[in-house]
Amino acid sequence: MSTLDSLTTDRGGREPQGFVPTALDPDARADQFATTATDRFADAVAERDGALVRRSVWRSRLDDIVRRPALVLALLWSALVVLAAFAPTVLAPGDPLEGVPADKLQPPSAAHWFGTDQLGRDLYTRVVHGTHLTLEAALVAVAVGLVVGAVVGLVAGFVGGVVDDVAMRVVDVLLSIPALLLSLALITVLGFGTVNVAIAVGLANVASVARIMRSEVLRVRTSVFVEASHAGGSRWWTVLGRHVLPNSIGPVVVLAALELGAAVLAVSSLSFLGYGEPPPAPEWGALVAGGRDYLRTSWWLTTLPGLTIVATVLAAGRISRALDGDPGRAR
Amino acid sequence: MTATDQRSERLLTVEDLAVSYRTRHGAVAAVRDVSLHVDAGETVALVGESGSGKSTTAAAVVRLLAPAARIEGGRIDVLGHDVAHASPRTLQQVRGLLVGLVPQDPTVSLNPVKRVGEQVAEVLRIHGLADRRVAGIEAVEALRRAGLPQPEVRARQYPHELSGGMRQRVLIAIALVARPRLLVADEPTSALDVTVQRQILDHVEELTSETGTGVLLITHDLGVAADRADRIVVMSRGRVVESGTPDEVLGDPREEYTKALLAAAPSLRGARLVHGAPAPAPPALEVRGLVKDYPLPRSGGGGTLRAVDDVSFAVPRGRTLALVGESGSGKSTTARLALRLTDPTSGSVLLDGVDVSATRGSALRALRRRVQVVYQNPYASLDPRWSVQRIVTEPLRAFRVGGRREQATRAAELVDLVALPASVLQRRPAELSGGQRQRVAIARALSVRPEIVVLDEPVSALDVSVQAQILDLLTALQRELGVTYLFISHDLAVVRQVAHEVVVLRDGRVVETGDVEHVFASPQHPYTRELLAAIPGARVRVGAPDAAPDSVPGAVPGAVSGATPSEAPDEGGER
Amino acid sequence: MTRYVLRRLGLAVLVLWAAYTVSFLVLYALPGDPVSIMYGGESSDVTPEQLDQLRQQYGLDQPLVVQYLTQLGHALHGDLGTSVVSKQPVTTLLADALPPTLQIAGAALVLAVVAGTTLALVATGTRSRRLSGFLLSLPPLGVAIPSFWLGLTLVQWFSFEIPIFPALGNQGAAAAVLPAITLAVPTSAVIAQMLSRSLLHTLREPYVDTALAKGAGRARVHLRHALRNAALPALTVTGLVVGGLLSGAVVTETVFSRPGIGRLTATSVAAQDIPVVQGVVLVAATVYVLVNLLVDLVYPVLDPRIVTGARSSVSRTTVPATAASTTDDEPGATGSPVDREPVSAGGAR
Repeated sequence: MSTLDSLTTDRGGREPQGFVPTALDPDARADQFATTATDRFADAVAERDGALVRRSVWRSRLDDIVRRPALVLALLWSALVVLAAFAPTVLAPGDPLEGVPADKLQPPSAAHWFGTDQLGRDLYTRVVHGTHLTLEAALVAVAVGLVVGAVVGLVAGFVGGVVDDVAMRVVDVLLSIPALLLSLALITVLGFGTVNVAIAVGLANVASVARIMRSEVLRVRTSVFVEASHAGGSRWWTVLGRHVLPNSIGPVVVLAALELGAAVLAVSSLSFLGYGEPPPAPEWGALVAGGRDYLRTSWWLTTLPGLTIVATVLAAGRISRALDGDPGRAR
Repeated sequence: MTATDQRSERLLTVEDLAVSYRTRHGAVAAVRDVSLHVDAGETVALVGESGSGKSTTAAAVVRLLAPAARIEGGRIDVLGHDVAHASPRTLQQVRGLLVGLVPQDPTVSLNPVKRVGEQVAEVLRIHGLADRRVAGIEAVEALRRAGLPQPEVRARQYPHELSGGMRQRVLIAIALVARPRLLVADEPTSALDVTVQRQILDHVEELTSETGTGVLLITHDLGVAADRADRIVVMSRGRVVESGTPDEVLGDPREEYTKALLAAAPSLRGARLVHGAPAPAPPALEVRGLVKDYPLPRSGGGGTLRAVDDVSFAVPRGRTLALVGESGSGKSTTARLALRLTDPTSGSVLLDGVDVSATRGSALRALRRRVQVVYQNPYASLDPRWSVQRIVTEPLRAFRVGGRREQATRAAELVDLVALPASVLQRRPAELSGGQRQRVAIARALSVRPEIVVLDEPVSALDVSVQAQILDLLTALQRELGVTYLFISHDLAVVRQVAHEVVVLRDGRVVETGDVEHVFASPQHPYTRELLAAIPGARVRVGAPDAAPDSVPGAVPGAVSGATPSEAPDEGGER
Repeated sequence: MTRYVLRRLGLAVLVLWAAYTVSFLVLYALPGDPVSIMYGGESSDVTPEQLDQLRQQYGLDQPLVVQYLTQLGHALHGDLGTSVVSKQPVTTLLADALPPTLQIAGAALVLAVVAGTTLALVATGTRSRRLSGFLLSLPPLGVAIPSFWLGLTLVQWFSFEIPIFPALGNQGAAAAVLPAITLAVPTSAVIAQMLSRSLLHTLREPYVDTALAKGAGRARVHLRHALRNAALPALTVTGLVVGGLLSGAVVTETVFSRPGIGRLTATSVAAQDIPVVQGVVLVAATVYVLVNLLVDLVYPVLDPRIVTGARSSVSRTTVPATAASTTDDEPGATGSPVDREPVSAGGAR
């Protein structure tokens, strides 16, 4: 469960060198693309040979996506998850709470894709209908974390001075408490339930988002084109809104996708621990917890909901990396 | 330069070399049919602009190509070793022992967490030439030979404690410590100040001529090549276009490309683009007694650093005044002070005789309309997300000049003014070449019809031929619009071409000031003289019929022509 | 150097105090009544009068500032209050719970560092693109697996299918194996991910080319030049990694029904036992602060660019190389960078 904060750790909890996520924008990417020696050279050559003709951005993006099967899978899976969350009956018309006692603890079969539980409820239906709870909680968590964090980071980075110092000291302190523990402390006070879990997870992530946003803002703010805009006579709010924000939000969007995966993990961990909706609700974490007592005999009760979580988090991570311009991909 | 009998031995043979890069746009040929050779005791200069493939060729010689690069064909022979197809083990034997490499940028080419001496000694340890103790002693000796003062002390320091020039000397020591037969120097001084560049190149020449080491010198600067090489190989678009002795290549170039390159090289072409003594016009911009202190970090013992120290000058209306200096001279800080981007510690900035040093708020913004700026690096000074149209009209929007339609019309006018096709308006900076981007930056600066434009190293990030075009453009615009320039540069050769007056800065102080022709013809201060002497290409200039340093070398035919080989076809021809 | 150490120590104490304050604010100052949270609830048979009495007893009827100062004073004397559920002092509970957690967390840390480093080194060092690609795809997987599910799956395989290790409890070393692995997997994934990224980045640095040009072999370049430079950014997040192990213990110890800090946390949150939760948060912050202190003290030894008189903890990543030139922004030093990359202000380096 250290995964939640470890994910954010990787995104630069302490801003290690070289881990600033690259921008999302294709042109910005092309610029960064141009900074490694090889590519710069290749660019020069391509430019020289007239190969760098303007191509449809969407077209080339689509080409890029199709060439990466893992990404295609991730996108398909995400589409399924979203569908399950907002129109669960399309995928599973049955009732997630109603069971047939005679069919209890059936292994997966054509009739019951994921098998049935101890009350004879269809596990597949429960997983599909549980998507709503889990995904909603994760989305709320990400929204809370991103909005609060981005505002704090933007203000700290742009205003600078004392404001920056204070904000960043607070962020440092918040980072000293592992995110999950912070969530737990918040839940202790807020009480149980999906929404409270979501808020707790979101607030626990504010610090790391603020940090990344701030470092991006600083990077952009000190860039030459921002000074050029100042020198050209633009007002500060124009500079903030037109240059700084659009150029620094990219990494935060990348982060959002990654955080969504992390939030799914955190939310289901908390629901596994029993702090989410009370029992019959089919939250993913709670489903795994429910199968715990039948581990010896009915493997599917834990394995299949668990794999669903894994697939969802992986998909989010893959998409995030694609948005980030696949830093690790060999060019 | 050395005895001819040493030239018998062939150190390096490159034959029909072809290298390509895998990119997102498919394989791109970077080097095609390149053949060259280096004999013992000989210095061969490989000259070209960015994208010419010269660095790729150099990297291929030591097989240190980027992962995306592939040798498609040809032969590379280093003293009988087939480098192009050698096994990793053979390559390890060749590198360091037979071929030494001096890389491009000394500031990033040393391992930051290892002591300098250790890094030199490592070569000897790798090749089993010495044990730890002896290697340490020899490393100090190598550093001494490379011209590093106090080598015993330096050897125990870390790279970040040394200046750029010192680090380059360390890298030279690394390259030469095992006494290789061949030295490959890839733009060894392009990251350094001219005076340091000269010292380092002198030193390399001395060291290699002593031992008969062959040198393959990669450079973009024809002047450097002219001064240092026994033979020059000119590359363009991945091919060798011309080769021969400096006299042949520079004195009587056969290829159009070489001619254009030669004509564009500021150190060689020397043709002044502006003329006449500064008119007695009242100064448009004047600074008086400017001082700027920066607090030093407490870790460095605190205190302050005086970046600009009592600088005064006046720029007459419609003229160009150049601020010249090496790194740390305070020229860019002075520019920022003049632009009122930074507040001076003391002193004043005057526009049309009115003191504006304390102007704030909306008055300061109004001021910005009169003084605009063009930055050094067009890759950084344009917002990558914006279209060219939006970029060039940004100041118009900032000052609410005209409506949407007028702004669009003005944008079209502006790109035409800087000789770009109208089609660039909808493009983004990433789709433009460096020269085109700089034109966009110039258009942006001119959009609100400023009286003064501060040009902060406007051409130093560009290739020579593009440099020449931009300089021509700037001077033409001045003639046309009567705009006043404050021109910041480290390059005296460039300054001589475009400026009317010059202010030489060193360590934040003015050392010499005056009319350009005058200062260049008879420099008074020793530092100015040193700077002038360090301009590469002296050999060609001296060899030319008209030997005066500020005249056009007679050997170079023609002025700047429309032939601009390295830029994309839509770069827009010069008038 | 002494000044540096003292500064670090002072900062550590400051962060600890701040963490205490944050936990106090979260647990006592957020809207909501601690006493009714702890003792109230629908199922509770505590009368309002009794609640008032309890409030008085815990000093919770006092203004918030007074409460804070009183509690802080007690905390400084090593008194973190009393558990609402077990009525035992929080410090005793924590002291009892800490050793078994440290046991599995320590084992997990060693495991994670060894596995993560090995994976990163092999993945970036191998000539085989296929192997490298496979290895580099593992960390994202490791990060994506929920540890509660991983723990259960391990139990299913290695306790039920092939009974090697006990499924539950804390009897002996064998019982610690599965929990330690469960904790180690996400942690090692994070280490592997960071280190391999950092290594890939470092291997593109020009000084690596310099080393190769000396005739150095692949292994030498990898281990002697790249690894040390690449490990530096990874080192700065050790505190977060160790903190992650502690919070991972909450889930792991629940899955394996092991006593420890994590289990204590889980039950205390369930019972809304505020003093204990605050105690756990403080333990976590202390561990984080101690680990970071250690890293701060080791760091200058590994990275000579750190000036030990430097003023703030965040300056670490910005100090190198640029420090000398921050006072003047002369672009002249870059000369005419034909064939060189345009050095931008916020460069990738």
